[in-house]
Amino acid sequence: MKRLLAAGVAALAVAAAAGWVLTAPKPLDETAVSGMTGDPEAGRLAFAAGGCASCHIAPDAEASDQPVLSGGQEFASEFGIFIAPNISPDEEHGIGGWTDLQFVNAVKEGVGPDGKHLYPAFPYSSYTRADVQDILDIEAYIRTLPASAEPNQPHQLAFPFSIRRSVGGWKLLFFSDDWVVDGDLTEEQQRGRYLVEGLGHCAECHTPRNALGALDTSQWLAGAPNPSGQGNIPNITPGALDWSAADISAYLESGFTPEFDSAGGDMAHVVENISQLPASDRDAIAAYLKAVPAVN
Amino acid sequence: MFRTASLTAVLVAALAAPAIAQDANPAVSARQAHMDLLAFNLGTLGNMARERIEYDADAATIAAKNLVALTSIDQTGYWVEGTDADTLMESHALPAIWENMDDFEAKTAALHDAAMAMEEAAGVDLASLQAAMGGLGQGCGGCHQTYRQSDN
Repeated sequence: MKRLLAAGVAALAVAAAAGWVLTAPKPLDETAVSGMTGDPEAGRLAFAAGGCASCHIAPDAEASDQPVLSGGQEFASEFGIFIAPNISPDEEHGIGGWTDLQFVNAVKEGVGPDGKHLYPAFPYSSYTRADVQDILDIEAYIRTLPASAEPNQPHQLAFPFSIRRSVGGWKLLFFSDDWVVDGDLTEEQQRGRYLVEGLGHCAECHTPRNALGALDTSQWLAGAPNPSGQGNIPNITPGALDWSAADISAYLESGFTPEFDSAGGDMAHVVENISQLPASDRDAIAAYLKAVPAVN
Repeated sequence: MFRTASLTAVLVAALAAPAIAQDANPAVSARQAHMDLLAFNLGTLGNMARERIEYDADAATIAAKNLVALTSIDQTGYWVEGTDADTLMESHALPAIWENMDDFEAKTAALHDAAMAMEEAAGVDLASLQAAMGGLGQGCGGCHQTYRQSDN
């Protein structure tokens, strides 16, 4: 009996150790960024494609050419309230003191500069599909923006989500940099996929989530409840969105639907960002959306 | 027989009417109608800008003048407290409007300025109309970003 108990304890210890190893953050090493330099001018566009300012400017700040990325906006969820951090170039409170590798690991792998997991309210599960060069460009651009000494506020999360290590289990189950829409895509559709599935992180609002908050890829872009309030984010698969590619592209530039209604709320912010990209990128997004599996 | 049928129709209509009136708040209906009129005139200009219909300087000028007229209307009667999206199903207007009425009115005024710029441009040529369209988009979007519910 004693031996059985000892064996049981040992098995538990092994399982716990295995769990501890499996849920550990897995940052990229220095080779991921070696020999690369960010270009702030290219970064301005990648930053717009990523919609970074929409979440990281102060709660009441207006959009600006020189956004102050002081953080502070609150994002309510079933798991608690996430508060966007300061990502301005401030040395103490922002990303000023981070290395390139720390920045890339945060955006692409969801690992903070302290080596701990970040919560996926920060859409690294989309950004992980972005190229390292684009991420370095974004970092270089952010470093040209005004610094803010606004201190970060802790997230207000319920147990067990308050334990950062729990994110390791979530990543094991759901974190992947594979493309969702696979198969034979044209070069234009692939560019659109890069923008939609990666930097643009469109699916974060347009795709429904499971009980653990992960995107349900079988319902890719098929619409979901609005995370920031009442109502629904629309289905933008060909099963519901019957606009022509030209209409989609024009909407992303102007905010006007084919009936000349005008985008509201979060989507108006998205239009403001995406309208800064070259027309070819908006056409690429439209081409991709036409190639996504239709969900009714 | 015919009279009976029409009398029935009138009675049905009379009984149904109050129910409909109860469903939609008149201030919400009025401002949604206002938005529809804006969209109709924007459509004339926007479809020319997108070259879906042929450019017509006279029609474009009329649409632009209508936008100027519509954005000149005193709307204070429509935007009454207690008619926001949290209170009424049919409303998409966020409560933030009533917390920041000065800013809301400034954004409404910005759309009026964009409409006046379009009035100048619409009759000149297609390129001028296309150039002025962006300002109208920003005029609509500037307000919708902060004050309209995402759902649309």
